Amino acid sequence: MSKVGITPATADPPAPTVRLTGRRGVELALIVLAVLLSVYGYCAVGLARNGTVPPGAAGYGAGLGVLALVAHLAVRWRAPCADPVLLPIGVLLNGLGLVLIYRLDLETPGDAAAPAQLIWSTLGVALFIVVVLVLRDHRVLQNYTYVCVTAALVLLTVPILFPAVNGARIWIRVAGFSIQPGEFAKVLLAVFFAAYLAANRGALAYADRRVRWLRLPTGRVLGPIVAVWLVSVGVLVLERDLGTSLLFFGLFVVLLYVATGRTGWIAVGLLLASLGAVAVGRLEPHVHHRIETWLHPFGSIEAGEGPNQIAQSLFAFAEGGMLGTGLGLGHSVLIGFAVKSDFILATAGEELGLAGLSAIFLLYGLLVERGYRAGLALRDPFGRLLAVGLASLVALQVFVIAGGVTGLIPLTGMAMPFLAQGGSSVVTNWAIVALLVRLSDSARRQGDGGAVR
Amino acid sequence: MTRHIRHAALFCALLLVALLVNAARVQVLRADVYDSNPANRRAAIARYQQPRGDILVDGRPVTGSRDTGEHLRYERTYREGPLYAPVTGFASQEYGTTLLEDTEDRLLSGSAPLLAPLPLWNEFTRSRNAGGDVVTTIDPAAQRAAYEGLRSRKGAVAAVEPATGRILALVSVPSYDPGLLSGNGATARDAWARLNADPDRPMLNRAVQRTYPPGSTFKVVTAAAALDAGVVKDLDEPTDSPDPYTLPGTRTRLTNGSEGCEDATVREAFVWSCNTVFAKLGVATGVARMRATAEDFGFNDPDVRVPFRVARSTFDTTVDRAQLALSSIGQYNTRATPLQMAMVAAAVANGGQVREPYLVERTTRAGGGTVSTAGSRPVRRAMDPATAVRMRKLMRGVVEDGTGTKAAIPGAIVGGKTGTAQHGLGNSGTPYAWFISWARGGADMEAKVAVAVVVEDAAANRREISGGGTAAPIARAVMEAVLNP
Repeated sequence: MSKVGITPATADPPAPTVRLTGRRGVELALIVLAVLLSVYGYCAVGLARNGTVPPGAAGYGAGLGVLALVAHLAVRWRAPCADPVLLPIGVLLNGLGLVLIYRLDLETPGDAAAPAQLIWSTLGVALFIVVVLVLRDHRVLQNYTYVCVTAALVLLTVPILFPAVNGARIWIRVAGFSIQPGEFAKVLLAVFFAAYLAANRGALAYADRRVRWLRLPTGRVLGPIVAVWLVSVGVLVLERDLGTSLLFFGLFVVLLYVATGRTGWIAVGLLLASLGAVAVGRLEPHVHHRIETWLHPFGSIEAGEGPNQIAQSLFAFAEGGMLGTGLGLGHSVLIGFAVKSDFILATAGEELGLAGLSAIFLLYGLLVERGYRAGLALRDPFGRLLAVGLASLVALQVFVIAGGVTGLIPLTGMAMPFLAQGGSSVVTNWAIVALLVRLSDSARRQGDGGAVR
Repeated sequence: MTRHIRHAALFCALLLVALLVNAARVQVLRADVYDSNPANRRAAIARYQQPRGDILVDGRPVTGSRDTGEHLRYERTYREGPLYAPVTGFASQEYGTTLLEDTEDRLLSGSAPLLAPLPLWNEFTRSRNAGGDVVTTIDPAAQRAAYEGLRSRKGAVAAVEPATGRILALVSVPSYDPGLLSGNGATARDAWARLNADPDRPMLNRAVQRTYPPGSTFKVVTAAAALDAGVVKDLDEPTDSPDPYTLPGTRTRLTNGSEGCEDATVREAFVWSCNTVFAKLGVATGVARMRATAEDFGFNDPDVRVPFRVARSTFDTTVDRAQLALSSIGQYNTRATPLQMAMVAAAVANGGQVREPYLVERTTRAGGGTVSTAGSRPVRRAMDPATAVRMRKLMRGVVEDGTGTKAAIPGAIVGGKTGTAQHGLGNSGTPYAWFISWARGGADMEAKVAVAVVVEDAAANRREISGGGTAAPIARAVMEAVLNP
């Protein structure tokens, strides 16, 4: 928890003077470290598999290094006060993801995913740079509240028109590329939620009816919440995408709580979520099956049908043990379908062990913590809610998918941020990091006596 | 708002803790349960990740490994699979292992702790040692001679070196190619189904896993017991035995296949294989002494390992006198594996000493360093040395001018005993033809080989079935292969 930049919303004490220099140097050093670690992982795969350093190691390192360096220069130029940890974490996770996908490509000749992922990563970093350069002040986004929500809803509904892939209607195929518009919708919805709640939080916090000891919100206020809930369920039913619907709803409840400070919202949220979950679990065989698999991961083995994906994933994690088998030496490919996307974490768990897996979790934890720290340091409610929303988005997404593949919660198809194969996801995550960089920069400037709304 | 942001952050921290705790649970606490789940293919992948060690005959591997490039990477191959199948067994990715492939599996697959350079080294480095090799005692010439001799018949041959117990040949016909079962695909499944459905049971190792009524070859045991017990003092003294012989306490009359058995001497009775004389001798020796001698030879031992398990050869000890009479000529409940009967011949050749048979001379690391050797094996005395001398004379008589003349080898001293074992309901089955023998080269100090041959379906014509006719030539070929390499 941060001790820096605590600023109560009501009365602002004189802000402490913060040293602005030196942060970019730390960032550069951490980026170099992140690139070196990624190149090391790339070489370790080659050494373990063929006994030689892979031929593309230098090119891979140079490519990743140049991308990271350009991003760093953009930050240095247009967001000099930004948090120095955010960009290196993005680089390291993205680099590690490329290493894992490259490693799994060796097991599936004829289905190389790493080159495409590298292109998407480049696009992602490009988007990062564009956001950092173009978006000089995050408050500009408030002007686009309803553009955002419209775009998000369009992106969410478009895949329904396309054929289902592996039971879920979340992809659209354009010119040979599969895109998950729902990924982009996440950021847009986070912006919309933050703006909507920043504008209406007073009304939401105090407009209520008292029924005995219960303080119930009025219908006018409840409306948007029910609408979001309906959209979540709609996404779930129409697109069969449990993860995305869970993510939206969770994000909305967190932001609602932070904006209004009303514990009652959490109760209402949990109630609605449970109602939705129970109803869908009963009605949707797809979701019901997921829950059954979660409760009995070895049920398919006992039924003589061989291990299912969850069982294979658990086997992979167990094989990793404390220190892992070493990069390139595991057999997580046994998981089969989605081993490079939803189940990428199993490869990390098997080959890097509990030590490596914990390190990855802590990297995400650090990213989220930095987002929250920016949220605490900011003065304007929109910025605060946006920072908290984006950080929570990452946190919830990591929890939902990591908990799913390790058997903690029912599995919901979702991409591990930065690590998993999937272009839309990588681009979206770079956008999130870019926004956090911008927000943390604003937080420093505000704390330094910059413009406060 | 700040307070609530902190609450939300706390919530995220809780999520992180939940993930970390659960990861520790899956990866460390429950890891053993998941690792040992039979549906987890990792153990199999690691096992077949490297070439399997080889089984060597006379310094030359009779096995190999093939890189399939599949998930289970290396598959077992066999050179002359059917010839050595009763020694090697099979090593299948689908159906497990048998015989030497089974008992020496940990060495061959490289998982034996003895192979590790340091204790716990493999556990720490997650490495696996290269598979070690198994050097067998098999004599390839003897093995081949036995296999060629049995070809197109059904039966088994076991040959041992009397002074040591080294197994020189172990043959079972019809045989099969164990290489067909190595993989895990349709080929292996089809072969498995076909071999199991085959009425001739080619995967049955008749030399060690099947017992037969030994018939007249058991008379070696009976004669040794009678001589040791003093029931017979002089081999050339008439035995005062009738022909036919009425089994004690019954009206069943036992007859002979050959003439001149009435009141014959032990020598004549042995040479011409008189059932009546040996049935009477067995009864005179008594069940206790018969049992003691039979068990000294290795009968009734449920746990003979060479190193794979050998079926228990039996001599029934809860018999009345009539049953004892039949047991003494290798009928009733007397049953023996071919290996057991080779041990009987070997004991006679080795001065009455029984050496436990073994098949593995030594095991080595992939580089050639010795892991273990056969070492000295326990010895058991089955008969007096003096009795052994007289038994050798009896057995030589069979080959020199009795039922086993077809086993004679010029320039070598050979002793043997024929047998024709009735079996089936009312003795209706095609009789088993037996021959057990030992041989010593003219210049040798001791016998070099003892062999037992059983032929299940010697010929369609029943009169032709005799140990001397069909089994003795095979035994001679095996003995010649050992004596004249």
